[in-house]
Amino acid sequence: MSDTAIRDAISQAIAENDIILFMKGTPDHPACGFSARTVAMLQALETPFTAVDILPDPRIRQELSAISKWPTIPQLFHKGELVGGCDIVTEMYESGELADTLGVEAPAAAPESAGPVPAAPLGIENRLG
Amino acid sequence: MPSADEVKTRIEAAIPGAAADVQTADDVHFSATVRASAFVGLSRVQQHRLVMDVFDGELGGAIHALALKTEVS
Repeated sequence: MSDTAIRDAISQAIAENDIILFMKGTPDHPACGFSARTVAMLQALETPFTAVDILPDPRIRQELSAISKWPTIPQLFHKGELVGGCDIVTEMYESGELADTLGVEAPAAAPESAGPVPAAPLGIENRLG
Repeated sequence: MPSADEVKTRIEAAIPGAAADVQTADDVHFSATVRASAFVGLSRVQQHRLVMDVFDGELGGAIHALALKTEVS
């Protein structure tokens, strides 16, 4: 697959999936604490989402960042727009804004705000590598 | 390796009206809160891009990670 074909496939995936997360590893087996944490927040909102593992081919990461102008992973997109990486998603989750943006109801347990970020293994590590 | 002060100075020099609070435990992983008048009218993604652009090419290298929070001042 050429770089252009990879880029086209990424663009198409972003266009065709309302909520899509580019991450290291998979939701069941995240390979990075920041990806794990972002998955945990989406799962806490009980919203279906598409996940793409960027690790199998370094060109996925390279072409994704070229499209999004965003250097780090994970990257969450909603209806074709970059919502943000782990920091922004965390801030929006805690304020309840993430649920609004994604058009889902905030968890019933915390009507005013979504509360603390659900636990996920998070150590200091290189989210860029 | 950059110090927290260097990261702070570079952010404040590059972004008009910025005030940065930068923490690091190891001079490799940084956490920054940046307030700037330049963020007015920008989305969070655009605000974060302005800060990340200051370290273009260094993220993942000398600066392994930059946890970021931005606020309009």
